[in-house]
Amino acid sequence: MQRIIKQLVFFIVLLIAWEGIVRAGGWTPDVMPKPTDVWQALVRGFEDKTLIYDLIASFERLFVGLLISLVLGIGIGILLAKSKTADETLGSLILALQSVPSIVWLPLAIMWFGLNEKSVIFIVVLGGTLVMTINMRMGIKSVAPLYIRAAQTMGSRGIDLFMRVIFPASIPYAVTGIRLAWAFAWRALMAAEILSTGPGLGYTLKYASDFGDMSLVIAVMILIGVIGSIVDYAFFQRVEKNVMRRWGLETN
Amino acid sequence: MFLHIDGINKQFVNNKVVNDVLVDVNTTIDEGEFVSILGPSGCGKSTLLSMVAGLSEATSGEIKLEGKAIKKPGKDRGMVFQQAALFPWLNVEENVMFPLKKEMSKKEAKETARKFLQMVQLSHYAGHYPHELSGGMQQRVAIARALAMNPKVLLMDEPFGALDEQTRARMHAELEKIWIETRKTILFVTHSISESIKLSDRIIVMGTQPGTTIADIPVDIPRPRRFDQKEVIQLEKKISLLLKNEIDKVVKEELAYAANH
Repeated sequence: MQRIIKQLVFFIVLLIAWEGIVRAGGWTPDVMPKPTDVWQALVRGFEDKTLIYDLIASFERLFVGLLISLVLGIGIGILLAKSKTADETLGSLILALQSVPSIVWLPLAIMWFGLNEKSVIFIVVLGGTLVMTINMRMGIKSVAPLYIRAAQTMGSRGIDLFMRVIFPASIPYAVTGIRLAWAFAWRALMAAEILSTGPGLGYTLKYASDFGDMSLVIAVMILIGVIGSIVDYAFFQRVEKNVMRRWGLETN
Repeated sequence: MFLHIDGINKQFVNNKVVNDVLVDVNTTIDEGEFVSILGPSGCGKSTLLSMVAGLSEATSGEIKLEGKAIKKPGKDRGMVFQQAALFPWLNVEENVMFPLKKEMSKKEAKETARKFLQMVQLSHYAGHYPHELSGGMQQRVAIARALAMNPKVLLMDEPFGALDEQTRARMHAELEKIWIETRKTILFVTHSISESIKLSDRIIVMGTQPGTTIADIPVDIPRPRRFDQKEVIQLEKKISLLLKNEIDKVVKEELAYAANH
């Protein structure tokens, strides 16, 4: 509870300071809006339902893209962990690609798929797949040899060993992978939406910027941040913590 | 001849230096016998046990169980490690059912798991997860899991080495009780002289550099044995003396290594 009170006080002070500084500086809302302007833009957006449609559209793409990247990431990750040749070849490519922000693929994606949903989903998939692959690979490779030896003495080997021991033992890494994939995919989605087409939160941000509506720009930014942290705190961190505890990996 | 260990040699090659871990190890273990393999660290006793389990291969020699050469791990040999090695994503009952999945129906597997959990007095913890149990309880589940698949031999690799003194004493009593109940053949690796005297019918003493058997001592003291019994103390002294030379060798080796590095 202590923590929540501290956070609450911090954000209230932050908002008051923001409001005060903008009033004192005499900036107009098209340069630096006040929190009250942003709040109005947010309310307006929800009242005329544009932000609601944006949220639905963004989440649809995110869901499809993330799902594809998780399936791909788990598959490729297992392949890299199991095949030395694949790891040495495809693995090095994956590592190299990871340092390329997925949004730089957008020009190519637009050439291939057109300026539409598919391009955006492609960018989201790229954003999520690589990090999922790397975590899944680590997860399979980090399975305690003791588990494998124990399972072997109980007559388990091959596919049975993989399905009943190696894969479940790698779940803590997979969960971290899913959490990071979500974070990467969410960022990639926003970038792709700003640069391509709507509806979507990123697109509305770009649209607001074109019309000089900085209140709406900040409103969308806050929405992006709030959704990102809610999903991370309320869902992923909780799941991750439970898995870590159950798997006996918790460090206190 | 139930379990026959015949001329086992094991070498590790490290940077082209050949290291003899086990040299010419021979012994025979009868059905229903409780045999300890006792030796200082580095004598290869755990390596020998993992060969019986089929988890590692001998450089030469052969191990036969009921006349059949051991090549791979199998359900006829249950293994209990120093760490319980329970699967954390399964609860206690599911862990014990793990080796039973293929050969019996779910209902039968459940009944079998219940029976062996009862034997280690953990029936009330069937639904708990491993991280909720103490080290001693986890090790009891591991024993139940190994026994549940009805192996011909139970292999135990310093199973109580990571437990505190009091828990270990309780585990000794419990293992003895289980052994009397089931009359399983048990091969028990330990570096504790008192543990081997407390539990086994026979102690195979191993020396180091190279690892080989240096004595085979029957323990003819009625059970349950107490640490303050005269016979127990005498035997302990005798084995201590045997091992002293071996431990001196290890110390000398370590000092020489330290001097050269």
